[in-house]
Amino acid sequence: MTEPMIRIENVSKKYRIRHEGRSKYVSLRDVIAGKVSNLWRKIRHFGADEVPVDSNEEDFWALKDVSFDVQLGEQIAIIGRNGAGKSTLLKILSRITEPTEGRITLHGRMASLLEVGTGFHPELTGRENIFLNGAIQGMSKSEIERKFDEIVAFSETEKFLDTPVKHFSSGMYVRLAFAVAAHLEQDILLVDEVLAVGDAQFQEKCLTKMSDVGKTGRTVLFVSHNMIAVKKLCQRAVVLDHGRSEVFNSVNEAIQAYLSQKSKMSGEISWPDQKSAPGNHQMRLKAVRFISDGQVNASPSVAKDIEIQVDYWNLQEGNPKLSLHIFNSFGYMLFSSTNFDFEMPPDAASSPKNMEVGIFRTSCIIPKVLLNPGQHTAKIFIFTGFPPDVIVEKTIAFDVLEDDHVRKGYLGEWLGAVRPILNWETHQLK
Amino acid sequence: MEYCEAGLRSPEAKRFFLENHTKPMLVIEAGKVGYQYWKDLWSYRELFYFLAWRDVLVRYKQTVIGVMWAVLRPLLTMIVFTVVFGKLAKMPSQGVPYPILVFAGMLPWQFFSTALSESSSSLISNSNLLTKVYFPRLIIPTSSVIASFVDFSISFVLMFLLMIAYGVWPTWRFVFFPVFCLHALAVSIGSGLWLAALNVKYRDFRYVVPFIVQLGCYISPVGFDSGVVPEQWRLLYSCNPMVGVIDGFRWFLLGQENFYWPGFLCSTILTLLLLWTGISYFRRTEGKIADII
Repeated sequence: MTEPMIRIENVSKKYRIRHEGRSKYVSLRDVIAGKVSNLWRKIRHFGADEVPVDSNEEDFWALKDVSFDVQLGEQIAIIGRNGAGKSTLLKILSRITEPTEGRITLHGRMASLLEVGTGFHPELTGRENIFLNGAIQGMSKSEIERKFDEIVAFSETEKFLDTPVKHFSSGMYVRLAFAVAAHLEQDILLVDEVLAVGDAQFQEKCLTKMSDVGKTGRTVLFVSHNMIAVKKLCQRAVVLDHGRSEVFNSVNEAIQAYLSQKSKMSGEISWPDQKSAPGNHQMRLKAVRFISDGQVNASPSVAKDIEIQVDYWNLQEGNPKLSLHIFNSFGYMLFSSTNFDFEMPPDAASSPKNMEVGIFRTSCIIPKVLLNPGQHTAKIFIFTGFPPDVIVEKTIAFDVLEDDHVRKGYLGEWLGAVRPILNWETHQLK
Repeated sequence: MEYCEAGLRSPEAKRFFLENHTKPMLVIEAGKVGYQYWKDLWSYRELFYFLAWRDVLVRYKQTVIGVMWAVLRPLLTMIVFTVVFGKLAKMPSQGVPYPILVFAGMLPWQFFSTALSESSSSLISNSNLLTKVYFPRLIIPTSSVIASFVDFSISFVLMFLLMIAYGVWPTWRFVFFPVFCLHALAVSIGSGLWLAALNVKYRDFRYVVPFIVQLGCYISPVGFDSGVVPEQWRLLYSCNPMVGVIDGFRWFLLGQENFYWPGFLCSTILTLLLLWTGISYFRRTEGKIADII
């Protein structure tokens, strides 16, 4: 066995999280103010043994002791949930950021595709952007000139080469961007979810191109949530979980491990103490949970029904009603649903069926294969009248996972906000 | 191992395999700097050209009056300075027409001020690149300085037209033109690197930059001749690196006799110091840029 192309040894990355900071950035003003207040603290506690320290900051290990080897010509997948450290690992590998500990040895030139169209400038033409983007990705001018026609042909944007890309449609933009990326000649390619772009047809083209790249003996590290693409492109996989890595020699085993990972989202929020629970004198919320396959699960499969249960204390005789809003990860509201009829307003007095004082559970089922894979959030309203007594803001998140059996081998992203299964019929008319 | 054999079936793959034994090895480690970095800088020199080219292209594409602006700005400033310092304050001009004196000082000053504003904000405006691709970060602020050379060249043409109009001819000293250009470049890059790095670290630093540029214009001898500064303060005055540059430009363009050599030496030393500390401070912040930007 020869030296591995990539050897990753005990790589760790620490980030410092600021708790108090309202703004993401440090400003000189705050630094000076902080220094002054520290000095003041020291003066006040002068002579004391212990000076209380500012504990607004906390260390967070995005990666911890990650180690694995990648052999020449191997396509390896890196999978894991959001926040498991995949992006951090790619950023370290592509030298965008330094590891806090550990060491990586690379044999060969490397290109990273963390995003297609990095550095595209809207004012520049397609032609100019090909050169600029190529140079940013580490191609030399002669290399780009040599591949120029191929790139243009692949992107299908010949007619618009001398138009500023700000006039491009988003599809054209992405095609051009991927075309440059696909023609990189580096020995090692780091690919991060770039396949989630463009229309279905172009995605297929990209995937084919990716697997061609693999066949030429190029080493590929592929980060994706698209398990079907992972299965098709990779022979091995590394599963990341809260910054720790586990290497699997079979992709199927890795996917199983990934699916059974405990999600960061618990799938249940509960308020054990009635007094501090959200609500008012009429009713208070007790718990909200997502149930799939008979158990609390924040990562239900696309192929399974998702039951949403809401438990609450009814503190006065009345007739509380529920309303549910579901949002996708772009913050777009997919739908809303209520357990009352709009013809009859949720008015406690006029409602015939009053609920007694006690604990109640209201639930509903989101049918399977309705939500597309990805993170969703639910907003729940409970009301005995207007305005609502309880509004559970979009804090309850759940992650719908893709299922192989539902897709039947289709590789691309399933387009659209929802994906209901519709009954299709064809009749011969004549 | 199955996957490896699968990968090596094709002749192309074999070629890759063989090539890899001669491929350079790269080690990524915390705090790994030095030799590798400068080698990278050289191998990414084409990116430097491309980014500079992009900046120039975008600058003159976005504003319809891009070139007009490059002509109008120095001309209008020159008129104002001539009226205020030459006509109203009646400052001495050592026998040179006042507009020419001002314009010769404004050439390096405007280069410095645009270069400084561009490079100090360059990291922030290219943050999408910094978080997605690796390359030596030094390329960004330095290449953005280059774009200011275009405005500088336009101004230079204006200068020549003005000199012809006033009948002032350059002397043999014009051969020192590159020396003072390099001097101006060094000041711009040195301070640009400092401010670019500080700008990333402290976001409110960008409010400081326009202030530096504005204040600098009055404490540098742009609108007047540095000969008006009393002799005993002259050396202290030369601690402003732009004083040496501006005096130098007037010296080689207008043939002024009383060139203050100690001041120039002082300026040069400080410029080199500025450049050196700028580069080393930038290099120290560089590793963290992608994390905090």
